[in-house]
Amino acid sequence: MTSPVTSKAQFSVRKLPGFTLIAIFCFVLLYVPILTLVLYSFNSGSSLALWEGFSIKWYYSAWQNKAVQEATGLSIVIALQAALYATVVATMAALGTTRTRPYRGQTAIYTIINQPLMVPEIVTAVALLICFAVVKEITQYRGITYLVLAHTAFCIPFAYLPIRARLEGMNNLLETAAADLYATPWRSFRYVTLPLLWPGILAGAMLAFVISLDDVVITEFVKSAGQDTLPTYMLGQLRRVITPEMNAISTALLAISVVMVSLIFILNRKKT
Amino acid sequence: MTTEQYQLSATEVKVQQQQAKRNWLLCTPALIILGVAASGPLLVMFYYSFLTPGNYGGVEFEFSSQGWFKVFFNKDIFTDSVGIADAHLSIFWRSIRLSTMTTLVCLIIGFPTAYFIATRPQKDRNFWLFMVTIPFWTNLLIRTFAIMEVIRNKGIINNVLTSIDIIDAPIQMLYTDAAILVGMTYVYLPLMILPLYASMEKLDFNLIEAGYDLYATRFRVLKQVIIPLVKPGVVAGSILVFIPSLGAFVTPRVLGGGKRMMLGNLIELQFGQGRNWPLGAALSITLLFIVMVALLFYVKNAQKSGLKYD
Repeated sequence: MTSPVTSKAQFSVRKLPGFTLIAIFCFVLLYVPILTLVLYSFNSGSSLALWEGFSIKWYYSAWQNKAVQEATGLSIVIALQAALYATVVATMAALGTTRTRPYRGQTAIYTIINQPLMVPEIVTAVALLICFAVVKEITQYRGITYLVLAHTAFCIPFAYLPIRARLEGMNNLLETAAADLYATPWRSFRYVTLPLLWPGILAGAMLAFVISLDDVVITEFVKSAGQDTLPTYMLGQLRRVITPEMNAISTALLAISVVMVSLIFILNRKKT
Repeated sequence: MTTEQYQLSATEVKVQQQQAKRNWLLCTPALIILGVAASGPLLVMFYYSFLTPGNYGGVEFEFSSQGWFKVFFNKDIFTDSVGIADAHLSIFWRSIRLSTMTTLVCLIIGFPTAYFIATRPQKDRNFWLFMVTIPFWTNLLIRTFAIMEVIRNKGIINNVLTSIDIIDAPIQMLYTDAAILVGMTYVYLPLMILPLYASMEKLDFNLIEAGYDLYATRFRVLKQVIIPLVKPGVVAGSILVFIPSLGAFVTPRVLGGGKRMMLGNLIELQFGQGRNWPLGAALSITLLFIVMVALLFYVKNAQKSGLKYD
C-alpha cells in the first residue's frame, strides 16, 4: 500500500460493487415500516395513510380504553414476575455450568436450558395448551400462574446467555482470594461474585422482561378466557377495523424495547 | 471426561464429585421449571398424538393411529378410499417453499449489509450493529403490523402509486404468498445479519488483498476467498432464519389472512375449529422433526468448519 492519501481514491480491497447500495436499501427496508407506524400514531385523522396533522389523541384514546388498560396491567404483572424468576434460576444455572470442570450431564443441561430457543414457539405453545388443559380441568384453577410459568420457562435461556457470557469472562482468582481470607462460600458469592456479575444479571433480566412483554404465540394458547396481554389483544384487533390507536400502542411498546435494548447495549459496552 | 493421564488422588476425586453435585443443585430450579413448562409438555404431546379426538376438542383416552394417518393421508367418507392429504401436503410445501425463499432473500440482502458493517471503521461498527439490533428486539407482531400497513390496499405503497397515477386501482398485496414472503423477510432479516457479521468481523483482509495481487477479479475474490471464509456465518444465519420461518405463526396469520396457511396455522386450526388435537399434536411433532433435521445439519457443518479454521 502507498500513502493513505493516494490509496483512498484508488482501489480499495474492502470495497465490493453494489454492496453499499444493498446495505443502504436494507436499512431503509428495516426502518421505513417502523418509522411510518410511529409517524401515523401521531396522525389527527383516522387514516393510516393520509396525514392530517399532528395530534396525540390516539394515545389518549388508547389510554382511556378499558381493555387496553387491563391488557397493559396483565402484561406488566406477568413480565415482571417471569423476568424475576427466570433471572434468579438462570443465574444459578449459569454458576452451575461455567468455570467448572466438565461433568456428567452438562450437555444435557445445556440442551434443556436452550430448548425454548430451538423448538418452534408454536410447538411449545400447543404442548402447553394440552398439558394445562388437563391441569385446569382437574384443579378448576384458571388464574395467571399458567402464563407466569410458561413465560418464565421461555425466558430462562434469554436470561441465561448474557449471564453466562459475563461469567465466562471472569476468572475465579478473586473468589479464591476471598476463600483464602476465610470468607464462607456465601460471603464470597455475596461480596465478590455478585458485584462482578451484576451487569450480566441486569442485562439478562431486561432481556427476559422484553421477551415476556412481547410474547404472542405462547400467551395466545395458554391464556384462559379474558386474560389478554397487550400483544394478544393487538392480535385480536388486527382482524377488525384498524385505527391509529393500534399504532399508538405499538409505539409505546416499541419505546420500551428501544430503551431496554439501549441500556443492555451500554451495559455490555462498559465491560470491554 | 478428561484426557488427563495422571492418577487423581482420593481427595481430588472427592472434591470433583462434590463440585459436580453442587453444579447439579444449582441447575435444578431451572431444570424443574423447564421440565414442567417446556420439555415435559413435548412428551405429553407425543402421547396425545396417539389418542382419539374428543367431540368438543380435547381427547378420549383410547389408542388411535388416526392422528398420524391424517397427517399424510385422508379417507373419503363415502367410499372409504384412501388418498394423499393434498390440503396438508400443499401447506407443508408452502411452508418449506416460503421458508427457503425467505432464507435466500435474507441472505441476498443480509450478506452485503453484514459486509458493509464489517468494513466500517471500528468505532462506527457498534452504531450500525445497534441499528440492526433495534428491529431484532422489537415485537414481532408490531413489525408484522408495520409491514401490513405499508402493503395494505389503503397503505402507503398503493396510496403513493395511485396518487401519481401509475395505477388506477390498488394492487392486492395483502393476503398473498408474496405478502408472507415480504413479511417474513422483514421480520427475520436481523437474524441473518448478526451471525454473518460475527464471522465477517474476523475476516483477514490480507487474504483478500492476496487474491487481488494474484489478478483475481472482484467476483472471484468474493466467490473463492470471502464466501469460503465466512461460510460458518452463512450457515448459522440461514438456519436461524429458516427454523423460525418454518414454524411461523403470527406473520402468515396476519399477512396471509387465514387463507394462506403455513404449518403453524394448520396446527392452530386443529386446536380451534378443527377440534382434532391428536392430529394437531402429530403435525407439531412433524414440524419439530423437520427443525431437528435442520439443526443436525447445522451442528455437523459447524463441527466441520470448526476443524478447518480453528
